[in-house]
Amino acid sequence: MSMPFYVAPEQFMKDKADFARKNIARGRPLVATVYTDGIVICAENQSKSLHKISEIYDRIAFAGVGRYNEFDSLRRAGVQHADVKGYQFSREDVEARSLANLYAQYMGNVFTHEVKPLEVEILVAEVGAVAGEDQMFHILYDGSVVDEDRYSVLGGEAEAISGRMRDTFQGGWDLNGAVSAAAKALSGPEREPVAADLEVAVLARTNGRRAFRRLEDDEVASALGSSGGATAGVDGGSQVEGS
Amino acid sequence: MTLPMFKPEDGPGPSFTEVLRKVGIHPFSPTRPDGSVTSEGLRSFDIRHGTTIVAIRYADGVVMAGDRRATAGSSIAHRTMEKVHQAGRHSAVAIAGAAGPAMEMVKLFQLQLEHYEKVEGAPISLEGQANQLSQMVRSNLQMALQGFVVVPLFAGFDTRRGVGRIYTYDPTGGRYEETDFHADGSGGRDARTTVKLGWRPDLSREEAIELAVNALWQAADEDSATGGPDTVRGIYPTVATINAEGFKLVSEQEVAERFASVVAGVNQR
Repeated sequence: MSMPFYVAPEQFMKDKADFARKNIARGRPLVATVYTDGIVICAENQSKSLHKISEIYDRIAFAGVGRYNEFDSLRRAGVQHADVKGYQFSREDVEARSLANLYAQYMGNVFTHEVKPLEVEILVAEVGAVAGEDQMFHILYDGSVVDEDRYSVLGGEAEAISGRMRDTFQGGWDLNGAVSAAAKALSGPEREPVAADLEVAVLARTNGRRAFRRLEDDEVASALGSSGGATAGVDGGSQVEGS
Repeated sequence: MTLPMFKPEDGPGPSFTEVLRKVGIHPFSPTRPDGSVTSEGLRSFDIRHGTTIVAIRYADGVVMAGDRRATAGSSIAHRTMEKVHQAGRHSAVAIAGAAGPAMEMVKLFQLQLEHYEKVEGAPISLEGQANQLSQMVRSNLQMALQGFVVVPLFAGFDTRRGVGRIYTYDPTGGRYEETDFHADGSGGRDARTTVKLGWRPDLSREEAIELAVNALWQAADEDSATGGPDTVRGIYPTVATINAEGFKLVSEQEVAERFASVVAGVNQR
């Protein structure tokens, strides 16, 4: 008796995109930005043990927002892929660009062929040998890739946070400046960023082979408390507001 | 290449060798799928062999050392082989035996530890690392039966207990914890005797390094496959310390100084 409904492809895709966007926007956002020694990634995350940011390979990090189980399985797949590739070829052949392409393929495939799209946005970042060679690939739920070279914002309120980052970004800033600006961009003008609510990690050229390192709470707190880049960031923001 | 995406129930977990198996790569497997490689077939070419390795527990952790010579039959195949390798942040593995499978084992072992740490978000315990190595030695058994025996020596600083620990293996993957020191490889007996005579529980870092270097010197003196200090080319054994701070290579200059002190002691007799 029941008739199969016809749904236009446009409508079908739009529904899936709306669904993914809505659910991703509910999660807490994340900011990544370049600084003197590499890339710093800063996420709102109260959990000390469940990470949004992690190490993939020597110079590559992963960050995800949205549904935890989905971005965590993407993270595992990335580690597996990178380790197998490094084993078969050489450690130098493992690159963020190719990994980002793979993620894009996979997420695009899920978006077009599966009933439910992935409710995640991910970031694949690679620190270069010198400043200016750092790479950040922001991959969306539908497999589209955005290549950023200054900062990247993932998750809910991305527009507003991007705006704040645009106003405060300074090329060549140090770690403290970058962390405190990223934290302020995440918090917005109404509230003060707190170290305990943040998960911060860096990919630093100075760390030896494995560039990835998590920042301890006290390091984050001292970055937030330090003046320098942070003050400059606030000034920059208020100027734009006043103008 | 595609992303290795597994269903939760089929996931390889944090094991890198399991990931390799799932994607169809089989390390340590003999060239023919049925494993029927004849030992004559493999022995007909010269296989490089690594020789003497030593591990000594001292006050703060463990000192590990290995000579640099690789032999193929009665000729010297390589003069600068590295037999002591960092494994985890607080552990090292030294190898003796057939160089090819041994290097493969070290590489795989290092990857296994790193892979686990990345997937799980925490490093494996020292005991867990020792067990992983035991499984790798066992998976090389087929090759070992054909003469390609790999005997690793594993040592590390157990950060949970705050002590240095040393593990030895037999070709079947048997794992044995040594209390104070061990030496393996063709010059292992001579090295072991030397360490036995000079070992005390509270050795300082410098004393432990000198004892290890002395052991290698004595082994090289008795065993043709073990390389002594090569002052002409400036090649000295690899020596590393593993303590609460982690793995650290001892500088070649310091090793040379310790050797000079050993040789001075010998000359005084």
